[in-house]
Amino acid sequence: MPANRFNNFTDYGIGIGLRATHYNHILTRKPVVDWFEIISENFMIDGGRPLGILDQILEQYKVVQHGVSMYFGSAERPNREHLRRLKALVKRTNTPWLSDHLCWGSVDGRYTHDLLPMPYTFEAARITAQKVREVRDYLEVPVAVENVSSYAEFHVSEMTEWDFLNEVVERADCGILLDVNNIYVSSKNHNFDPLTYVNSVPAERVAQIHIAGHSKYRKYILDTHDHPVIDPVWKLYSRAIERIGHTATLLEWDDSIPSFDEVHDEALKANRFLASASLATAV
Amino acid sequence: MKLLALQRRMARAVMTPLTPSEHMRSVAPNGGSMRAVASEIIKPNDRLTSFERLEIYNRQYWFRILSGFAEDFPGLRSVLGGNKFDRIAKAYLADCPSQSFTLRNLGARLEGWLRKNPQWAGTRLQLALDMVRLEWADIEAFDGAAEPPLKPEDLADANPAKLRLRLQPYIQLLDLHYPVDDLLLEVRKVEEDTDFASNAFSERHHRKRVSAVARLKTEPIFLAVHRMDDSVYFRRLEAEEFAILRGLRSGKPLNSAVESALRKSSIPAEERPAHVQHCFQTWAALGWFCRIDQDDSQGNSAAEVSSRGARASRNERPSKSNSAAL
Repeated sequence: MPANRFNNFTDYGIGIGLRATHYNHILTRKPVVDWFEIISENFMIDGGRPLGILDQILEQYKVVQHGVSMYFGSAERPNREHLRRLKALVKRTNTPWLSDHLCWGSVDGRYTHDLLPMPYTFEAARITAQKVREVRDYLEVPVAVENVSSYAEFHVSEMTEWDFLNEVVERADCGILLDVNNIYVSSKNHNFDPLTYVNSVPAERVAQIHIAGHSKYRKYILDTHDHPVIDPVWKLYSRAIERIGHTATLLEWDDSIPSFDEVHDEALKANRFLASASLATAV
Repeated sequence: MKLLALQRRMARAVMTPLTPSEHMRSVAPNGGSMRAVASEIIKPNDRLTSFERLEIYNRQYWFRILSGFAEDFPGLRSVLGGNKFDRIAKAYLADCPSQSFTLRNLGARLEGWLRKNPQWAGTRLQLALDMVRLEWADIEAFDGAAEPPLKPEDLADANPAKLRLRLQPYIQLLDLHYPVDDLLLEVRKVEEDTDFASNAFSERHHRKRVSAVARLKTEPIFLAVHRMDDSVYFRRLEAEEFAILRGLRSGKPLNSAVESALRKSSIPAEERPAHVQHCFQTWAALGWFCRIDQDDSQGNSAAEVSSRGARASRNERPSKSNSAAL
């Protein structure tokens, strides 16, 4: 299960996000890390320090690209300049797969820079899947779509979020980046059982898993990536691994970022679940 | 409702400016009720109304872009003061929402917008424009393209009358009315210091910065915003140097660029050859010229390569003063 066509038959372990605040530590101490996830948009540039750092990282580590503004679910066509720059970066990093979010965020050429929730309709699934196919065919690399945290639901929705996810990935024949923290956040915001979601995901399509922390407010939860992973999210992760098997896992920590070691230690907690998955497979 | 119609309606609501108390407005952009817009597209739940759920996205949008804008233009904030800066940021971003996949380009249209809307800067318009130009140039220089630098042997058979030297795409040339380079470096220094300092320390530096702005007098300067070892530097130029470089960037052959730049120069004629030679040695040592192929060295024009790209974290882009340059 772990190595599949959606992650290019790789068998990556536990990674963390590559963040500027850790550059110095990584380049001087050279810690052992299975892989780094980069935010593609931070490196879709022509030159300068970010690309220099990236090249040094690439010399020593495996890197996977994760995007934040492809907006597969936006009704408009993909931005050609975005695609051109993304393809150049794909060639540079040799990323085995590439992920972005199952959401929308731009309309009529204007960008919100947010991960806005999809209306779960068949029309939206068709448009989104078409765009995923178009992007994958242009980039020539497997694509995985990530479920997002959401704070709103639309009247026009015709199915659940997990049914929508399944509809899109089947139509696009693409992979899934399963974010179990996002499932937890949305389950609290929309009153559904997160295990139902995890149990409904086609396991054979999961290319990667995200774990993260979040912030709880009085009436809703926000996906802030600024805390350690809480136990209920680890439980979802455990269930996901039980179903999917040993899968490339990444801890997201994007705000109030602590030391490299603290972030890495938090990520490595996933090992206890991955180890049991490996054991189960062996048995 | 079709996907495109829903997305247009929601995006319009999300991008509507917040109230002064940072909440969603009760009036929608079309003059109707924002509650009605929200209720039409978004379901309520047991804790939040449709309006409150939409408001989460409306606030997130503004917090995110205002924060990105403030990160990119600390010098402008210093020039205008916090309140005026906040008003400009909101007005500019309402008029010029992002048209790029990266927040790096958020300020790309600020100079043009400010020229068309001078009332937002009041009596400090020229100072504000200078600072905006410098801060945008800093962004461009930070991650602009670099080509292989020129080597002496590339010029072995070059004909100066036809030779067109190309500047590195990341280099930004600015003619400014105020010495905003010094001010921006001071602002950056205070920002770095306050990372480790107490509130009292921060307050003292804030007052110092305000008084520095107040003292800033008109003093035309010419600047090259360039990059060395991946750090951005501001290098002051003489008028003649600036004119030569601008001539080269516009595609003039070497001889022509130098001649027109020195036409009204106060440098004595007998000193000019040595002066120009020194300039070119310095610029070449800084890697400012791109390598040229044989055709270019014989006089064929070469297209400039534009420097565009996404921005990385702000703390990766510390600009340095002239002193570190050659």
